[in-house]
Amino acid sequence: MSATEPVLEVTDLTTRFTTPDGVVHAVNGVSFDLNAGEFLGVVGESGSGKSVTMMSLLRLIPMPPGEIVAGSAMFGGQDLLDIPGDKLRRVRGGEIGFIFQDPMTSLNPVLTVGRQISESLMLHTGIAKKEASATSAELLTMVGIPDAMDRLNSYPHEMSGGMRQRVMIAIALACSPKVIIADEPTTALDVTVQAQIIEIVRGLREQLGTAVIWITHDLGVVAGLADRVLVMYGGRIVEEARVHDLYNTPEHPYTQGLLQSIPRLDQKGSQLLSIKGQPPSLYQEPSYCSFAPRCPHVFERCENEIPHLTEVAPEHRVACWWDTAKGEPRDV
Amino acid sequence: MSEPRSDQPTSDEPMAEVSTAADSTVTAPTDKPLVSVRDLKKHFPIMQGVFRRQVGAVKAVDGISFDIYRGETLGLVGESGSGKSTAGRAVLRLESLTAGTIFFDDEELSAMTPMNVRPLRPRMQMVFQNPHASLNPRMTVSSIIGEPLVEHKAFPRGQARIDRIDELLKLVGLDPTHANRYPHEFSGGQRQRIGIARAIALNPDFIVCDEPIAALDVSIQAQVVNLLEKLQQTLKLSYLFISHDMSMVRHIADRVAVMYLGRLVELAEVDDLYDSPKHPYTRALHSAVPVPDPEVEEARTRVILEGDIPSPANPPSGCPFHTRCPVAEPQCAHDEPEWREIESGHWVACHFADRPGW
Repeated sequence: MSATEPVLEVTDLTTRFTTPDGVVHAVNGVSFDLNAGEFLGVVGESGSGKSVTMMSLLRLIPMPPGEIVAGSAMFGGQDLLDIPGDKLRRVRGGEIGFIFQDPMTSLNPVLTVGRQISESLMLHTGIAKKEASATSAELLTMVGIPDAMDRLNSYPHEMSGGMRQRVMIAIALACSPKVIIADEPTTALDVTVQAQIIEIVRGLREQLGTAVIWITHDLGVVAGLADRVLVMYGGRIVEEARVHDLYNTPEHPYTQGLLQSIPRLDQKGSQLLSIKGQPPSLYQEPSYCSFAPRCPHVFERCENEIPHLTEVAPEHRVACWWDTAKGEPRDV
Repeated sequence: MSEPRSDQPTSDEPMAEVSTAADSTVTAPTDKPLVSVRDLKKHFPIMQGVFRRQVGAVKAVDGISFDIYRGETLGLVGESGSGKSTAGRAVLRLESLTAGTIFFDDEELSAMTPMNVRPLRPRMQMVFQNPHASLNPRMTVSSIIGEPLVEHKAFPRGQARIDRIDELLKLVGLDPTHANRYPHEFSGGQRQRIGIARAIALNPDFIVCDEPIAALDVSIQAQVVNLLEKLQQTLKLSYLFISHDMSMVRHIADRVAVMYLGRLVELAEVDDLYDSPKHPYTRALHSAVPVPDPEVEEARTRVILEGDIPSPANPPSGCPFHTRCPVAEPQCAHDEPEWREIESGHWVACHFADRPGW
């Protein structure tokens, strides 16, 4: 995978929000690559900056109060953070598709499903209405909606949560994007419906070869889907690895703590090792490792310097001053 | 106050016997259940028209039977709309009942007037899902936790109450010096601890935990579950743990009941239910839950159910699951499966639960 050219290169992305209570440092220097056809999982808790990072890429955060302070996002030879609005609109929904968490609020309730899919098609590919509705029906069939022709005339409220999320996927796929960003697409769904959606995404991915960024708080969901996983904490990437390496040999104390604190369906109940303390406040400009107050291995350096991502194994990078494998401070 | 109630016999081994309304003369268990629910129904009327005539009913809970023994945790799992929360509320008489009986430690809860239930309230409590909505934002933590103490005249005034509040806060892992703060000054996990302190304030025997961790971050969920387990040990509590998180239920529960469209489809000891599920719905649920291990995920075979859970206002005939069941037979569409004990302590409602190979 490393031999392929990245389709998206994000460097040093920094996003802040100015609120009456102070400045929220939501994303603090995030850099990552997305390779063509790759499935990238982004794992983090609420407030870790995972959604804001991806929204910032397409400048979908409300500005103000949001502000992209620094960074670049190279996509197809242009910097998404720098191109004019009309060019960006061609990328959004065209070359980069977006699937949001809640399909009830992200679909327009007064337009039929067919109209919403065709809209994107006509806008981005310039095809005629009739052709667009035929393509829309094909797309609905592709995401597993039966009687697609009839369903084009349905309104979102006439569909169940799972069906609406399929429509979202169809819209995201409409213009054959190079990249799909899915922000917690199954979190609002029941577990049996989540399984249906995951199965569809898995199938479509093999069929279409689209690169996917899948944002989630559920370490289980990405385990079976992703090629590579980023773990975010306090607005930073703290670990980045291929999926097997991340689950078998997690390096960052936060990743290790998370994996020990979640029970497993296939294993008998043993004591859960919880991570002590609370997620960090984002109101302070970070000047040290934001996991330090909760970290079992914390030492002086952690409280004075922000650790940067260091390669510890091929394609496995971690931002931590402590080498958990050796049990001593890292030599960087 | 953290000692167990002296009148409470302890039992380390939760019994696995359950009976149904039809079959209430099962073998006498060696230990009497603390909570005993038989054929419980809760229907919500659907009103329509100018005269608000009843045109139908949402059968949120439609005939469920189970026991909860002292010191055990009964997990109740199901998808949204399965009626698990309504069942939990009905067991505590927070809902009026449509039919069925509930015994709480020999008292027939279902036959009592609300006024008569009140003296029993200290012994049965609830922890709610959303710690943002279940705490009054205008009350300090000490008045939130102190309210039941005053209301039920356990520690009505003075230093004794303040001491009790201190003790409760320590018990749930909060700093007693924060007693005069307001809920918004706490994080989600801390707020859930406040809700738990309120629930245990009057030394209850039984707590219904309704999705207590669903609103919390992953790293905080384990903290709260560990706290619930610790309190169960020290205070000899019995829990009805309602959740959609199958993995967490496996961790915390002694026995587990699976609910679908207002009915129980399976109930068994936790390892039995997870290692050898008998009902096709339980199997499908299991296979739908992702495991945080790429090797396991790659090797798994999945049962993917079709469609969504049907409306409880108009449930399917026969077996409520037959519309989505991967092994349904014509019979399932009209014959309601009997709730039967297929192995000792393992209850299931499926015509074909003992069919070999499935």
